[in-house]
Amino acid sequence: MQARLWLAQRLAAVVLALCVLVHLITMIYAVRQGLSAAEILGRTRGNLAWFGFYLIFVAAVAIHAPIGLRAVLAEWFSWRGKSLDGALLAFALLLALAGARAAWGVFR
Amino acid sequence: MSKLRVSVWRGAEAGEYRSYEVPRQESQTVLDVVSHIQRYLDPTLAYRFACRVGMCGSCGMSVNGVARWTCRTHVTQVIKGDALEIAPLRNLPVIKDLVADMSGFFDKWAAAKGRFRSNRSRRDDFAVVSPATAERKHADAAIECIGCGVCYSACDVVACNPEYLGPAALNRAWTLVNDVRDNANPERLRAVAGDAGCHACHTHVSCSELCPKHLAPTASIAGLKRAVSLALLKGQL
Repeated sequence: MQARLWLAQRLAAVVLALCVLVHLITMIYAVRQGLSAAEILGRTRGNLAWFGFYLIFVAAVAIHAPIGLRAVLAEWFSWRGKSLDGALLAFALLLALAGARAAWGVFR
Repeated sequence: MSKLRVSVWRGAEAGEYRSYEVPRQESQTVLDVVSHIQRYLDPTLAYRFACRVGMCGSCGMSVNGVARWTCRTHVTQVIKGDALEIAPLRNLPVIKDLVADMSGFFDKWAAAKGRFRSNRSRRDDFAVVSPATAERKHADAAIECIGCGVCYSACDVVACNPEYLGPAALNRAWTLVNDVRDNANPERLRAVAGDAGCHACHTHVSCSELCPKHLAPTASIAGLKRAVSLALLKGQL
């Protein structure tokens, strides 16, 4: 189980590294070009490429963060077992839903 | 002659530090200090040692909070002012005074399948293992461990996860994963891949920093993570 989680977290980290880079470069570009919120939304709305990119970003976060948190909670608070896994699955779903909602918000 | 102020742990899990004054000598090791206390000041002091020359690994203790071989640690290397604090190795139950119970430590070697297993018999010819192969180089880099427990005592992951197999057992498993004569994989990889296995390591590198043999268990554990991942992707686990 943990070997699979470890591998998933590392693979998600690779995806995250690329996504964070693209996200930051895009933000810096938007700020330097003086784009307004309306202009940014004008470019993201209906753009399936950005929507897909942010969905991948959100998926990577939803995989990466709960696995890391699992190790922290297990070691710091000796919380182990099914209750921990259940709680972190719920946390992963929360991250995925909140992130997907944000991505949908700039797409629709 | 100047004196050393030495605080030594006395008792078992419950106990206290007791202070002794020990004459300062030239080229004095921490083991010399402990031996002086036991021979001249308090014969009830319990501690372990055997070879005195860094071969047996039995004199590991915590000196000023850091796990070390006391026989190979000169007082000048570790003294703070004129004070020394000597305690049993951390992360192990204390039997008495400076003697830690190593049985749990070695049980974890067994749990990590640290025993060589082969289906070759004495009738088979010698296995030819080229020292130039990557596997042999990995094994060579980790093989000199003598099981002193310094890395285990230094490991913060062991401290917060007592089930964790620890650097020495995982280092041993890594040497066998790379031993082409051994046939205990992938069971061994399965044994070291659990919640208490190599994936619990956070790469603090305390084990590699303090290993008296200058081995790098952290690198061995990273190797195990790679090997387990590869086996997982191949569907062997």
